[in-house]
Amino acid sequence: MSIKGKAYIAGIFEHPARKIANMSLAQLHAECAKGALEDAGLTIHDVDGYYCSTDAPGSLGGINMIDYMGLTVKHSDSTNTGGSSYLYLVAHAAEAIAAGKCSVALITCAGFGRPGTIVRDLDTAIPDTPFEMPYGPVTVNLYALAAMRHMYEFGTTSEQLAWVKVSASHHAQHNPNAYLKKVVTVEDVVNSPLIADPLHRMDCCVVTDGGGAVIVVSPEIAKTLKRPAVKLIGAGESPKGQMGGKIDITYTGAVRSGPIAFAEAGVKPSDIKYASIYDSFTITVVMTLEDLGFCKKGEGGKFVMDGNLISGVGKLPFNTDGGGMCNNHPVNRGGITKIIEAVRQLRGEAHPLVQVKNCDIALAHGTGGSLSTRHGSATLIMERE
Amino acid sequence: MTTPYQDRKIPAPKLNYGDEPYFDAATQGKLMLKYCNDCKQYHHYPRALCPFCFSDKTEFKEVKGSGTVYSYSITRTSGPVPYAIAYVTLDEGITMLTNIVDCDLDTIRCGQKVAVTFKPSEDGPAIPMFKLV
Repeated sequence: MSIKGKAYIAGIFEHPARKIANMSLAQLHAECAKGALEDAGLTIHDVDGYYCSTDAPGSLGGINMIDYMGLTVKHSDSTNTGGSSYLYLVAHAAEAIAAGKCSVALITCAGFGRPGTIVRDLDTAIPDTPFEMPYGPVTVNLYALAAMRHMYEFGTTSEQLAWVKVSASHHAQHNPNAYLKKVVTVEDVVNSPLIADPLHRMDCCVVTDGGGAVIVVSPEIAKTLKRPAVKLIGAGESPKGQMGGKIDITYTGAVRSGPIAFAEAGVKPSDIKYASIYDSFTITVVMTLEDLGFCKKGEGGKFVMDGNLISGVGKLPFNTDGGGMCNNHPVNRGGITKIIEAVRQLRGEAHPLVQVKNCDIALAHGTGGSLSTRHGSATLIMERE
Repeated sequence: MTTPYQDRKIPAPKLNYGDEPYFDAATQGKLMLKYCNDCKQYHHYPRALCPFCFSDKTEFKEVKGSGTVYSYSITRTSGPVPYAIAYVTLDEGITMLTNIVDCDLDTIRCGQKVAVTFKPSEDGPAIPMFKLV
């Protein structure tokens, strides 16, 4: 069974705030849900499937939010693969709809920013923890290890990585809600302080409050709605780990999730008019583009140079909302906004200065966790109808 | 730029059942890897069941403790002192997360030869780390 053509993204909402006070976590999730339902032209009473990750309050999957929102659902899932969770969840919702388990699926992500570079006291039952925590792993240095090896093997440079941030900033200047709206240069990025070699402060995404929601519906319901229909045509997921110690951190789980999604969709990388690529760090984008087949392995640095990711300038417009680099990264989870901007592009509702012409097929990719140890990886391909 | 190595407070790792022999050996100055007696391969981090063939016939074996730097990053802002997190590929072919210590951290490069050394944790076992050779 395939999801191709069996599920549509009918509603999207991105919370406009980047700093939020005086709101509970449950309220923030619910307000994102309300926004996406209004966008779709549906009500909370239409929802019969609910999908969230561990940013939702409570440790029992979605049942606290299901109760808070007064939902009665027939299907739910609470997969946690960090920032990539929401691409997994949209795919799982589409699978449930294709299997007839529900017909209006609500996916929410919301939360408040948190420090990103503190060594966290993880659950000791995690088997790898005693063998890793003594060495001071934090999010940024676990991505930096991948960047350093990429530079060593392929000659990738800091200036090439910087183009990811530069390109995102060119898009963010047009987004009134973006956390960072200032256009930056390659020099700005490479002259910003080193956080974990070779990654500079401007190689890192922002940390913000915020959130978003997505509504996935059956084809029958999509036909009754007034908004432009965005059809899900392919989805792939596959986490990557340390391979028992036979470690190779020159590639990501996208080498598996990408081909699964492209095969299901029946399209090639050259068919993709717009790509939302998870941009926790600049290296994440460079490696993901290689692994999805937009360029050869090792040539991602060259591929992103000279504005190749800037809408209206380059061959592959990416993250036209400014992405995690500049727009937002609510609760350190940028997956939901990757889906949302891809849907805006397919609807023709991105900002006019970044809207991709004739945008008929778009891709969104999420990478969650740590690039050099264990990460989730999920790819969605969508088509304008 | 020079970034001299400084000792860092290392919290004692909270062990799971089965991890003790690894850290007991480290405290005695030995590096051990888990070895599978069925598929004849080392792995790391240590598991009771081999991650390559799922055999339960695994045991700790002492290894030479020599290898090369696979990747590294000088973490400059996350703690009280800078430190070098790294992946070291041991001569046995297995790559492990570690720290590079006892050197100017800015001289570390991928491909450099390293040898195991051990640093104390706070009220806990010694932790295997690596120094440039």
